[in-house]
Amino acid sequence: MIMDVKIRVEDLKASFGKQQVLKGITIDVYQNVVTGFMGPSGSGKSTLISIFNRMIDFENGFKMSGHVRIDGIDIIEKVNGVELRKRIGTVFAVPIPLPRSIYENIAYGPRLNNINDKDELYEIVKESLKKAYLWDEVKDRLTTSALKLSGGQQQRLCLARTLALRPEIIMLDEPCSGLDPISTAKIEEALSELKKDYTIILVSNNTKQIARISDYSAFFYMGELIEYSPTEALFTNPKIKKTEDYISGKFG
Amino acid sequence: MAFQKENFIKFILMVFALSSLFFLFLIFAFILIEGLPLFLKVGLKNIIFGFKWAPTKGSFGIFPMIVSSFLVTFGALVVGGPMGLSCAVYLSEYSGKKMKMLLKPALELLAGIPSVVYGFLGVIYIVPLVRNYLGGSGFSLIATSIILGVMILPTIISISFDALMSVPKSFREGSLAMGATKWQTIYKVVIPSAKSGIMAGFILGMGRAIGETMAVIMIAGNALKIPTSILDPLRTLTGNIALELAYATGDHRLGLFSTGVVLLVIIMILNYMANFGIKKKRLK
Amino acid sequence: MRIKPSIVDKIFRIGFNALAFFTVGILVVIISIICVKGFSHVNLEFIFASPEDMGRHGGIFPSIMGTILLALLSIVFATPLGLGTAIFLTEYTKESVFTKIIRFGVESLAGIPSIIYGLFGFIFFVIQLGMGWSLLSGVLTMTIMILPTIIRTSEEAIKAVPRNLRIVSYSLGATRWETVTKVVLTAATPGILTGIMLSIGRVVGETAAVIFTMGSSLRLPTSLMDSGRTMAVHFYILAREGISMDKAYATALVLVLSITAINILAYYIMNRVVSRYS
Repeated sequence: MIMDVKIRVEDLKASFGKQQVLKGITIDVYQNVVTGFMGPSGSGKSTLISIFNRMIDFENGFKMSGHVRIDGIDIIEKVNGVELRKRIGTVFAVPIPLPRSIYENIAYGPRLNNINDKDELYEIVKESLKKAYLWDEVKDRLTTSALKLSGGQQQRLCLARTLALRPEIIMLDEPCSGLDPISTAKIEEALSELKKDYTIILVSNNTKQIARISDYSAFFYMGELIEYSPTEALFTNPKIKKTEDYISGKFG
Repeated sequence: MAFQKENFIKFILMVFALSSLFFLFLIFAFILIEGLPLFLKVGLKNIIFGFKWAPTKGSFGIFPMIVSSFLVTFGALVVGGPMGLSCAVYLSEYSGKKMKMLLKPALELLAGIPSVVYGFLGVIYIVPLVRNYLGGSGFSLIATSIILGVMILPTIISISFDALMSVPKSFREGSLAMGATKWQTIYKVVIPSAKSGIMAGFILGMGRAIGETMAVIMIAGNALKIPTSILDPLRTLTGNIALELAYATGDHRLGLFSTGVVLLVIIMILNYMANFGIKKKRLK
Repeated sequence: MRIKPSIVDKIFRIGFNALAFFTVGILVVIISIICVKGFSHVNLEFIFASPEDMGRHGGIFPSIMGTILLALLSIVFATPLGLGTAIFLTEYTKESVFTKIIRFGVESLAGIPSIIYGLFGFIFFVIQLGMGWSLLSGVLTMTIMILPTIIRTSEEAIKAVPRNLRIVSYSLGATRWETVTKVVLTAATPGILTGIMLSIGRVVGETAAVIFTMGSSLRLPTSLMDSGRTMAVHFYILAREGISMDKAYATALVLVLSITAINILAYYIMNRVVSRYS
């Protein structure tokens, strides 16, 4: 089956000062699938996704070369960072609710896009919370502070927040670290549903999670892409020894 | 389009930020423009080391006032320094949460009382005390030192407190583990470690005292001579300006600005010494 | 004979305790004197009437209004300038020689004594720009004087906002200015307000810089170019000229109470709003 390429990375090199973080990454991320980026800490996977959403712009001393194209358009040269981030949603390792109500958290993004109509906003909030599997738990208390939610709920809130922008790509960086198994399961369930409409990248050091829910898996090590193939193939039959060692837990 | 808006906003904010420099420049410029000519006309030495202040007759000597300013400041340190440091020691080493919660707002309030009120109370209560028990008119160096000492207490306490609190806990624990008592630990270990921060607090307190105007002019009397005893009245640099600015004209007014220049220079030096001391502590 | 170290320790402990109480005691004494001596002379008439016979009789209404006008207008000018500077230094630039120079300027301004502000305001606003002794001269001078405080407290408040919140805002497609106004400033508001309140307190208590710029007219200022008094100036003149002890104490009471109320309000804001969102 021919997959549509959503993000095409060509020979991407990146360094912070003297330290080289990415040593020439070439990878195609496909549309409407969950792609897992896995590897031990320091392998460069978080840096890679922060280049995708240009959050890297906020760091000092960062240099890079190579190309990253989304839908064929070079996102480094040709696209404005602010506009790009409206099309790519990011969920971080630690849930970061804004100090306001649940409703206002979700409405933050749409309001930035000048959507202020009460009814429209309500629909967006409802739809986003439903997709994040959080609606039932909070529908009666949308105006209460988001800080009062549990960790797992807050993380789903963060997911709903990105969904409110109707992005094309959703990236999650270790979203379930520190969450209990039930919350983790809920998020994984949400992602499996969401991939029908979105391109999802899941960054994780948890190989079991990657094996569970991703369609494609990429193994990164020390700034290099070691192996990339459909998940089942990579996990049952890894072609490179390092990949095998990592999956079987020999290091990590 | 949004990019342009962002750049515009950044530009406006930068202009705002530069306004501080602009105002500083403006202040220095005008004080100097008015204050320097007299130095050139009458001579730097005659002003700074001159003993006679009679501006309507061509005498612009402010040396007695320079000395008086320093005397009053030193007196304030004598009164407020030990007491302030002791309070800071108490706050950081001995007091519990309750005392801290009581003292902190109390200090803020003390700092918030206007200097005219301090001056007024000084005139009503301290001046007669001095007059009745020590002699003289009461409007004196000692009365001024007492009131100024109280006024700089909050400054000294809060900076010394910060300095003491930043001494690592391990220093204290190490000393106590070797069998020292709490007091021994404090004066042998904690205070010496916090030395530069405490000094910075003292220097800042000096800066405050030397720049103080209203309380001083109400209590210090108005003598144009160098005080020879703590019971003598005096006039400080700040007092000189405040007492005569309203009706001074011509060279007289310029003389007041020259006084201002001298005052400004002294205070700037004190402030930089203090800031340098605080930063040095932070670097450690 | 050597005294046991443990006894010395106890002596010092008691001594320090006493000292702390003494210091608080000073404050109590000051406030008490003013309250006791001034209370009987402060009534509605005092607050709302105008002074008669140079302040020997009557009230201090024009001075109260003068104080309010001076403080509020100074805040109106100083807050955008100060807040803008703080935002620029924290959100729009990295630390560099440029920012160090600006900070140097701010610190220097903070160190200038009030009589110098009086001198400057006098020669620049009153004389050079021809504004005369007026509310406007006073406002402009006080604006510069409280600017460093606003900048410092605003910067601190802004820096205290967790970095994470900014990251979230940016990742949702907000511009820098949107992030600053919608997330950072909202979170930093209590700290910023505290700084504003403290600055108001400073203006209310200031005399040297005010008397030489705003003047000391006894009439109620009705326009920016009118001269007027603040409570502190009025109090000073009452005391200096020995006009009326009673009225002096009464004015002092209103003055000190106002400043205390402002300080209490400042810390109430700080504590209340902080607890609401954390």
